[in-house]
Amino acid sequence: MTLLKSREAILALAILLLLAVVATRFPAFVAPANLARVFTDTSPLIILALGQMVVILTKCIDLSVAANLALAGMIAAMMNGAGVPLPLILLVVIALGAALGAVNGLMVWQLGIPSIVVTLGTMTIYRGTIFLLTDGKWINAHQMTDAFKAFPRAVVLGLPVMGWIAVAVIAGFAVLVNRTALGRAFYAVGGNPHAAVYTGISVGRTQCAAFVISGALAGFAGYLWVARYAVAYVDIAGGFELDVVAACVIGGIAIAGGAGSVAGCVMGALFLGIVKNALPVVGISPFWQMAISGSAILIAIAFNARRSGPQGRIILKHAEHRA
Amino acid sequence: MTQAAPPMTGRQIPDRLVSPAKRALRSWEALLLLVGVAIFVANSFASPYFLDPWNLSDASFNFTEKALIAFAMAMLIIAGEIDLSVASIIALASTVMGAAMVAGLPVPALVALGLLTGLACGAFNGLLVAGFGLPSIVVTIGTMSLFRGISYILLGDGAFTGYPEGLAWFGQGYVWWVFSFELVLFAVMAVVFGLLLHRTNFGRMVYAIGNNATAARFSGIRVDRVRFILFLLTGLTSGIAAVCLTSRLGSTRPSIATGWELEVVTMVVLGGVSILGGSGSIPGVVIAALVMGLVTFGLGLLNVPGIVMSIIIGALLIGVIALPRLWKMVRK
Repeated sequence: MTLLKSREAILALAILLLLAVVATRFPAFVAPANLARVFTDTSPLIILALGQMVVILTKCIDLSVAANLALAGMIAAMMNGAGVPLPLILLVVIALGAALGAVNGLMVWQLGIPSIVVTLGTMTIYRGTIFLLTDGKWINAHQMTDAFKAFPRAVVLGLPVMGWIAVAVIAGFAVLVNRTALGRAFYAVGGNPHAAVYTGISVGRTQCAAFVISGALAGFAGYLWVARYAVAYVDIAGGFELDVVAACVIGGIAIAGGAGSVAGCVMGALFLGIVKNALPVVGISPFWQMAISGSAILIAIAFNARRSGPQGRIILKHAEHRA
Repeated sequence: MTQAAPPMTGRQIPDRLVSPAKRALRSWEALLLLVGVAIFVANSFASPYFLDPWNLSDASFNFTEKALIAFAMAMLIIAGEIDLSVASIIALASTVMGAAMVAGLPVPALVALGLLTGLACGAFNGLLVAGFGLPSIVVTIGTMSLFRGISYILLGDGAFTGYPEGLAWFGQGYVWWVFSFELVLFAVMAVVFGLLLHRTNFGRMVYAIGNNATAARFSGIRVDRVRFILFLLTGLTSGIAAVCLTSRLGSTRPSIATGWELEVVTMVVLGGVSILGGSGSIPGVVIAALVMGLVTFGLGLLNVPGIVMSIIIGALLIGVIALPRLWKMVRK
């Protein structure tokens, strides 16, 4: 019964229900091969949502992830054009993403500027930098080497590498968040910053670490995005930061910090991914997608509020009863 | 988005109070005004076309609509809430106006429907935040998708065009000489919101809620009602902006005003309103709107592309907040 009441279980049920409804209209959608395709398609969202999750856990928000992704993707495409080998490109985009995340994190940590202001600013600056680098020019498929484009699409054991990378990131986060000191620090900082200070956790440093992780993942996802869609330009992943935040919110990550799970976050992203892929299949215009994801966010917040809202008082009443 | 708690220190009482004149000179608004004047002077040297009154009047269109929303947004942020759905409200209100136009309704009805749609959207946000106690940042991220999503459902990749002549006045008409309707509306709304925030009980309540909502409730302020009214106000000003923008462009697409919510929030924060709530002023927002307008216009005259301007606005946003803090750190 408690399992049924958990946020993750409700979300899992919602996803199964969604799949069942789609399957009645179009059975092939739930074939394993197609589900693998949907999962792979959702991989960038899952990767970024997990990065965003740790940032939100620490009471911050990172609105610059999509711009970070676009900038790193463009740098990857440009390095590819200059003949840099793929492993080096991967290292550089991850380092670049981490550095861009560190810029956000340091301003939040050292200058104490609210994260929403910092990342609102860096979001436009990072994306504008792409324009300064390229003069608005596109890098198209024929300007990319085959190896560069093939890596995320190479199929291993029935799932493209991009999907496997998402699986690896999910596993990595499950360990990071649940089994490491840093992971516990994310919850502590978001749950009660004052208490975290007294237990010897540096609030600012933990927040900065979250931004670096989110940035590094965004940088890496930048390469995956550009290589998979085989095009790089200023506006790739425009507005994607909102999808990422939406995935977290639907996944039950509390925007006030300190609460949320890797499983919830992944399912939030999968929910949006399935909706996006299912709409054209069941014959609903893709123009419905935006309104549906908006409604899903609102329903999710209402659900979360009902669960977590009066909890503090209930615990007290419970204790009173026993006393 | 609250920040890490600073270590608690005892309240420090200064030996001597700073005189009001000195305090005014050191204020955020004074600093911003200085930046504005500097940009104005630099622009008038950089381009011979800058000082032309008609050019300046033309330039005002790039901030008046956003500034209208920024006034209401400033009050909302001072009260500790935020509304990220304003640009989507514009899209939905404009779409409703377009649908009414297709249905053959007269101009006054179009305007009324635009404003009513704004109010309805604001009421929806207000109900979710004030009525059900949900956090405004996520609620309005949700309604941001929902409102614009409805526009996309109604319009798809199409557009409403061919608005009647009578509607054009709101976005293209002039009241007197170079003063456009939008510019006059901007000035009037600045005064109205300035009085509302700084000279009425309601304004004091907004500050009280932003500083300590619990204390405000215990001192007899109907916190949720004030919050609801503030969401109505951002909805209504978004509706007004939708009427002006629709009239100025003469067409409606679902992608209308994309990204404006961020520009409006930038304007408010640049105007010295604390994103954490509790402090800020309408004159600050007015100056910030003018500064942003001048930067955009001046750079436009120098053929700087829009995306480079957005870098500069972004850097301005971080810079004006970071520099005083950096300065304080260095002086320590």
